[in-house]
Amino acid sequence: MALDPALVGRGYPPSAVYEVGRQKIAEFADAIGAPDAVHRDADAARAAGYPDVIAPPTFAIALTLSAAGVVVEDPDVALDYSRVVHGEQRFTHHRPIRAGDRLVATPTIEAVRSVGGNDLLTTRVDVATEDGEPVCSATSMLVARGTA
Amino acid sequence: MSPTVRAADVAVGTELPEQTYPVTRADLVRYAGASGDFNPIHWNERVATEVGLPGVIAHGMLTMALAARAVTAWACDPGALVEYHVRFGRPVVVPDDGTGAQVTVRGKVGALGEDGRARVDLTVTSGGEKVLSLARATVQLA
Repeated sequence: MALDPALVGRGYPPSAVYEVGRQKIAEFADAIGAPDAVHRDADAARAAGYPDVIAPPTFAIALTLSAAGVVVEDPDVALDYSRVVHGEQRFTHHRPIRAGDRLVATPTIEAVRSVGGNDLLTTRVDVATEDGEPVCSATSMLVARGTA
Repeated sequence: MSPTVRAADVAVGTELPEQTYPVTRADLVRYAGASGDFNPIHWNERVATEVGLPGVIAHGMLTMALAARAVTAWACDPGALVEYHVRFGRPVVVPDDGTGAQVTVRGKVGALGEDGRARVDLTVTSGGEKVLSLARATVQLA
């Protein structure tokens, strides 16, 4: 069934706090083969002008994809996840995510479209510290194949 | 401190060093664990072929991460990337042959702002085919 255009603009409550740890950043950097010391060594990060180790630029997906999952599981959206592929991804960074950050992720439906029998769902997840400092936004376009 | 690329040394058309990154099945398992994306199409041949894929494919987000490495390696600062947009065009198929796939990243400066921001237009290929149909990264240069 095609997605209802009235879903555009629907917002969801902020996620539980995600506390960013140094080990998680190092693990993610290892997984993408990023060699930089600023991901692993707090002294190197401070020498480069950061308060603590910083995450690679796509690290935010570890929080934002599960936050976008809340949208996919919304009964009014109810995309069949086994048919979903990732069509597009955008990040806007206000500053790098860093160890010690306590982050909340807030999803919004930005667009819905049906093209060639596929449903296209665009969600934006705004990531901020629990004190409200904006950190980044992640916009994901998901394609549900053959559902429209 | 690492050396840095300065905006003054960069012009529209400046090319980034080409980078090639290997991607094996083990890399996909490691990325699944680190990112929390356990979709079986990234590690299970049976499921991948059942849904019509040629085989196990890399996470699009892993390809996106590798392409970002080429940009931040050039800028000498992983924190310099301020805007990053990709469109996934074609999957990176990762065969279970001990070698896997290779992702090649080429980049060229497409625009330069007065604020020292450079937009890098990326061409990302695997097996000679473009895997990202659009890939643009904006970095804040020193």
